[in-house]
Amino acid sequence: MSEALKVPTMAEMMAEDKTPDILFWVGSAGSFDDRAKKISRAFVKILNKANVNFAVLGTEESSSGDAAKRAGNEFLFQMQAITNIEVLNAYEVKKIVTCCPHSYNTIKNEYPELGGTYEVYHHTEFLQQLLKAGKISLSGGEYKGKRVTFHDPCYLGRANSVFDAPRALMNEMKVDLVEMKRSKLNSLCCGAGGAQMFKEPEKGDKDINVLRTEDAMETSAEIIATGCPFCNTMMTDGVKAKEQEGKIEVLDVAELVARSL
Amino acid sequence: MQYIDNILFVALLAAGIWFFAKNIKTLIRNIKLGKDIDRTDNKPERWKNMAKIALGQGKMVRRPVSGILHIIVYVGFILINIEVLEIIIDGIFGTHRAFSGMGAFYGFLIGNFEVLAFLVLVAVIIFWVRRNVIKIKRFWKDEMKGWPKSDGNMILYFEMILMTLFLIMNATDVEFQAMNNGNVISQYITPLFSSMETSTLHIIERSAWWLHIVGILIFLNYLYYSKHLHILLAFPNTFYANLKPKGQFTNDANVTKEVKMMMDPSADPYAMPEEGAEEEIATFGAKDVTDLNWVNLLNAYTCTECGRCTSECPANLTGKKLSPRKIMMDTRDRLEEVGKNIDANNGEFKDDGKNLFDWISKEEVWACTSCNACVETCPVNIDPLGIIMEMRRYLVMEESAAPAELNNMMQNVENNGAPWPYNQMDRMKWVDE
Repeated sequence: MSEALKVPTMAEMMAEDKTPDILFWVGSAGSFDDRAKKISRAFVKILNKANVNFAVLGTEESSSGDAAKRAGNEFLFQMQAITNIEVLNAYEVKKIVTCCPHSYNTIKNEYPELGGTYEVYHHTEFLQQLLKAGKISLSGGEYKGKRVTFHDPCYLGRANSVFDAPRALMNEMKVDLVEMKRSKLNSLCCGAGGAQMFKEPEKGDKDINVLRTEDAMETSAEIIATGCPFCNTMMTDGVKAKEQEGKIEVLDVAELVARSL
Repeated sequence: MQYIDNILFVALLAAGIWFFAKNIKTLIRNIKLGKDIDRTDNKPERWKNMAKIALGQGKMVRRPVSGILHIIVYVGFILINIEVLEIIIDGIFGTHRAFSGMGAFYGFLIGNFEVLAFLVLVAVIIFWVRRNVIKIKRFWKDEMKGWPKSDGNMILYFEMILMTLFLIMNATDVEFQAMNNGNVISQYITPLFSSMETSTLHIIERSAWWLHIVGILIFLNYLYYSKHLHILLAFPNTFYANLKPKGQFTNDANVTKEVKMMMDPSADPYAMPEEGAEEEIATFGAKDVTDLNWVNLLNAYTCTECGRCTSECPANLTGKKLSPRKIMMDTRDRLEEVGKNIDANNGEFKDDGKNLFDWISKEEVWACTSCNACVETCPVNIDPLGIIMEMRRYLVMEESAAPAELNNMMQNVENNGAPWPYNQMDRMKWVDE
């Protein structure tokens, strides 16, 4: 990345006696997955540009436990959750934003019972707030008029009823937003949820991400937008499997926003 | 001897209701075999859901063709049953059309019933065609072979016969036709019988009357053995359905206790359990139906096997074995077996060496993406995902039987705090790349 990003950690902030307005939960994918790291950087680019007073946990962050929980390992999930909650509570975190709907879902819905109650936002919700507050403007973007379809991540859409935020951002960019035949409540999973991301699929006649890519291809979209690092991987692989690279690009909404600033 | 008809009628009615009550008792007993779960919070929201989804059929019309046809059958079924009240009164007291004294209003009621009966007949025939001629895919999946397929058709035949009997009964009722009050449909059927003597018509009318009420009593008692229980259970099922966000899975409280103890530096791992605090050995997850909660079991009895879930399941759409409908059917089948086992052994379950995994394979359990499409689409808010997750918990926490790749992932989370083998100390590297 050409421009240096400012990513303060909670520990650094605390040492300087500063309190961030919001914590950016990067997530394991956002920290380690090559494709997802680009999404993290795009999001921080926006945060920096909008002068958002944020911090990350850095090396104090650990897996949210979502994958372990969906795989059935409640022990490991709760170990992770309780450890994370201890760190978050120690820093007196109130607000969290994350680019990962899986972290979003588990921190927002499953952490409170275990002692961690926070205001949690998906990055598309947070970006929409920045837009409304006039902290970012998306008028003259390079995506104006481009045909884009949005793939609803299950853990954002069906699981938490967030459908409008990502669409509102893209409408603001004046893209030509087209819906797939299965969208919003009826959206089709990319195939990664429920810990499927980490294993081979069971025997069948097709891969789910290929089926979903076919849904997207029916819309003749040039861009498949998502809001989840796993969906991004699955759709990118699906586009490759259908030999559509060069014709269809898979991008996170944060990347679209970052390039439209 | 003049009261023989009345006595016969009362005896039949009593027997029908008695058997039905007995089945309902078994049904409730079986549902209560499930673990406790509190679903009494937020009552206004629950009543609202029941009114919108069960009474109002709100989710049915998401698929307009089957949705509208279903509403016709549903409304017809409920309203025509008002006529059963008159039949019962006539049967007990030996009257004929006890309500006909209401005059024009009676004609209005019966007229509407006749129109509804005709519409129901048409709708049910279309349903039959959709199942058997057009062969809509979701009715021809593997789990629909044999009994489930016959069950589906049997219900349709029942409805066809009951509606036909109702219309024939009216068409051959000489007095009723002479009144010409409410015979909006049956007047067009009457000509079919025009060559017959009045006495023959009377016999046909009486036969249709008897068959109609006997048919209703048989149908009532068929419910327990059929997928058709949804006509009753859709109401409690939508009432007790989950109100939390669909992505929120339960946090196992037994696990929380153990995890907190493990993480508490002052806890004594060798401490004896407190006197009198008899430790119940909890199974993590579900090995059998009795490890599921009672709402899961209510769900299983409520499922009418429409297959909307399966037709939207990403795993099933891509040829995997998993079918959410089958999860519900298997749960019910196993629960029925457990119930019969208890009945046969004086109220105690005798280990039969079987469990839910004899019905639902690991392959099915691991094929789920937890996407909630099945839960979202179910017209009566059944949650197949809840059962799948409990079974996964059992496999992982009791049997350590996760697929190898998932074990790797979990090991990574345990050792490095990430599902991949990267060092936690490298969590900031993305910033500078």
